[in-house]
Amino acid sequence: MAKSFDLKALPGFTTIAVICFVALYLPIIILVAYAFNAATSTSEWGGFSLKWFVSAWNNAQVIDATIRSFQIAVLAATFATIAATMAALATTRTKSYRGLTFKYAFINQPLMVPEIVTAVALLIFFSRVKVFTGYAGLGYLIAAHTAFCIPFAYLPIRARLESMDLTLERAAADLYATPWKTFRRVTLPLLWPGVLAGFMLAFVISLDDVVITNFVKLGGQDTLPTYMLGQIRRGITPEINAISTAFLLLSILIVTLFFFASRKRD
Amino acid sequence: MPDKNAIEVHGVSKLFGTGAAQFAALDNVSVSIRENEFFTLLGPSGCGKTTLLRLIAGFDFPTEGQILLHGQDIAPLPPFKRPVNTVFQSYALFPHMTVGQNIAFGLEMLGKPKAEIEARVTEMLRLVRMEALKDRKTSQISGGQQQRVALARALAPQPKVLLLDEPLSALDYKLRKEMQIELKRLQHETGITFIFVTHDQEEALTMSDRIAVMSAGKILQVGSPWDIYDRPAVRFVADFIGETNFLDAEVVSAGDGRATVRLSSGAEIPATCPSGLSPQGKVTIVVRPEHARVAAPNGAAAHLGHVENVVYLGTDTHFHVRLDDGTPFIVRQQNSRNGHNGFAKAERVGIEFGQDVAQILRD
Amino acid sequence: MASAQESARSAERQDIRNRWLLSTPALMIIFLAAIGPLLIVLVYSFLAPGPYGDVKWEFSTDGWVSVFLQRDIFDDTLSFADAHLAIFWRSVKLSLGTTLLTVVFGFPTAYFIATRPERTREVWLFLITIPFWTNLLIRTFAILQIIRNEGIINTLLIKAGIINAPIQILFTDVAIMIGMVYVYLPLMVLPLYASMEKLDFRLVEAGYDLYASRFAVLRRIIFPLVKPGLIAGSILVFIPSLGAYVTPSLLGGGKNMMLGNLIELQFGQGRNWPLGASISITLMAMVMIALLAYVRNAGSSEVRHG
Repeated sequence: MAKSFDLKALPGFTTIAVICFVALYLPIIILVAYAFNAATSTSEWGGFSLKWFVSAWNNAQVIDATIRSFQIAVLAATFATIAATMAALATTRTKSYRGLTFKYAFINQPLMVPEIVTAVALLIFFSRVKVFTGYAGLGYLIAAHTAFCIPFAYLPIRARLESMDLTLERAAADLYATPWKTFRRVTLPLLWPGVLAGFMLAFVISLDDVVITNFVKLGGQDTLPTYMLGQIRRGITPEINAISTAFLLLSILIVTLFFFASRKRD
Repeated sequence: MPDKNAIEVHGVSKLFGTGAAQFAALDNVSVSIRENEFFTLLGPSGCGKTTLLRLIAGFDFPTEGQILLHGQDIAPLPPFKRPVNTVFQSYALFPHMTVGQNIAFGLEMLGKPKAEIEARVTEMLRLVRMEALKDRKTSQISGGQQQRVALARALAPQPKVLLLDEPLSALDYKLRKEMQIELKRLQHETGITFIFVTHDQEEALTMSDRIAVMSAGKILQVGSPWDIYDRPAVRFVADFIGETNFLDAEVVSAGDGRATVRLSSGAEIPATCPSGLSPQGKVTIVVRPEHARVAAPNGAAAHLGHVENVVYLGTDTHFHVRLDDGTPFIVRQQNSRNGHNGFAKAERVGIEFGQDVAQILRD
Repeated sequence: MASAQESARSAERQDIRNRWLLSTPALMIIFLAAIGPLLIVLVYSFLAPGPYGDVKWEFSTDGWVSVFLQRDIFDDTLSFADAHLAIFWRSVKLSLGTTLLTVVFGFPTAYFIATRPERTREVWLFLITIPFWTNLLIRTFAILQIIRNEGIINTLLIKAGIINAPIQILFTDVAIMIGMVYVYLPLMVLPLYASMEKLDFRLVEAGYDLYASRFAVLRRIIFPLVKPGLIAGSILVFIPSLGAYVTPSLLGGGKNMMLGNLIELQFGQGRNWPLGASISITLMAMVMIALLAYVRNAGSSEVRHG
């Protein structure tokens, strides 16, 4: 039987795509599988067990690092989202004005400089500040995270703003709403999904960061990723698999939320 | 005082851009709009009609000139301090609010008491016949219904003037016809001055008390639909509204608003002319296609020529005639039920004018 | 009396003032915790190293000199720093290789997603997005577990009797490349998909109608139209590859360093902060050059498409 000519098909493309999807997920699936491995070695299967999750849960360092990661992520994402929302309002829906391009470049700068360079720069800078002020708290990490989270939070908020219909705000002004009331009653409710998406992105980015955190952290300020990095370098135990699995689950949850927050309600 | 002015526009110009790219969206425009009037700004896209509307609404500021609302200059005021409301082309209904909340918005912003808002919303919903849909989201109602909500929302704060920016352009033909009548009714019932922007001449003729025809940032003529259609002052107005024949003529004698002109065929006919113009020498006159007849080529004809094309349109037939001086001339004749109008392609014909059909143009 | 022109002008001034006020927090934070420190790095690159790390406050170009050259300890002559050059070369080579491989795998994948029916397309896109937002460290760790000597590949091959001893993949350039392709593939697929989604398939139909073969349609129609996405994807993969730190440090080990690891070394055991600062600035310059090339290219291709 003659197959009809498929206009969109290109030879071999589907095969490669399928290989890609398998290759993307297989390592993660294996990693997750070994988290449930009863054996201590990750080269053999010793039966199903939750003991590595229990051991991670009872590891004070892991819990400590997890709490710290969340503290930093919540604070940095909040600050970054507020700053990014304000910056997005200041840089969209206007005719070009002097300094606008400068602002774009400035806000997106953390995306363009290799993380390792920013990391050593902050290492130098913060070590000076520390000598000067004597401050040795989480502030350095929060400041660093806020800075590199801003461009990520900015992206969806700006996109949302630019797709918003300016006439809605004109209509509000026409109906006697002052600029502030227009913002509160019309702009902000419509912008909200973008703000939420921006916050979630910033949160994930902060939670995932290894490089900058690794250089900026002071003694005893490990976050979950830097703790894991240290452990992996020292030698692999399935406990890392268990932590990774929990971490993955959280990321997938947030990404799913983000995916639906940014796609629906348009 | 029926003739008190609601809006007076004095010498308003609006420039956009700078340097060589600068252009005048409005060029020294002056116009007065009376109270309780359905006033239409008519013109092709880019003629400045929407710009003028936006200046009255306060979304833009004029580069020069004054805009008076009941004698007070409102041009420097931001939109939320002007007692005028707008029905937007895209309706601009707030998508995160219900129909009722949309209508209540302006009243809330004015700080009206709750009970009054409630009562006014109900009244507005009744006015636009949308009582049943009060709690719907604006995305859950049809285009025609959205249009009514937009109207109700703009009328709820009882503005001095209602601005309508091509509000019917998104509707289909049948709905548009319905809304035209609806709008007239609303204007009559509320007694509010409506300023209506459209590029649709038919819509303008049907609905307006007075029309201002605009082109290239200028108002060319202001008048009743009858004035605009039958007494066009300039070529653009005559051309933009309906179909028209332009003929060269020479003034024989001129009096008060009237003149006698000689056509290139030698025939002399009476013509009206725009007020204030004392025509002389060579002029252009316009004759609407339905005000002429094709007839046998005899002495009663004002012009002679031959038929180039016959177009049957159901209600009437168009005869495309080439006059002997080379000018094209279209005659529209109503069809009767029994057969055709008798003249065929290439046939030699005469053009006869009815009484008082010609208008002299200013340019 | 306030004229309309005056109030228009003052409204505009007010608007721009507000816009500066609104952007101040973001600009300040980024200046303090991102841009400002980079200037300090520049200053540090011209100072002398301190004995236990940090710097001595005296001007020195030694940091810059030793990026590419090394001073002989005995006779003070300068020669090329082969170790550094090797690392520069490896970084560029592996980044280009990674970019190329992500194109080879990413292009068909993006095309596959873009040609799915509307409903399932979202699902495929979602499947690409998940790895994009999951932790890079965890993904590198996943690859590490697979390719190491006790990993699943070697274990299976030995059990199947194909090999006797495990193949050494970990701590090689190949391992770094596998890891980088794995972690950066979504960065290639997403922009490619974005431009393919916009592709008007009636143009493909027109191509076939005008006697083009499948290959000709791909080369003459699809490829030129999705080129902006391809270039964006390449830059998105190339730049983080060049500055990669986590992936080469876990998969390359101590010997197979890339620039990121070399920089870390200078601030750690190497105790040569000025050299580390000089290499950092060099790396940043390389990234900027790549970005500038991209901006130029993107600019000109926009002009072409009108």
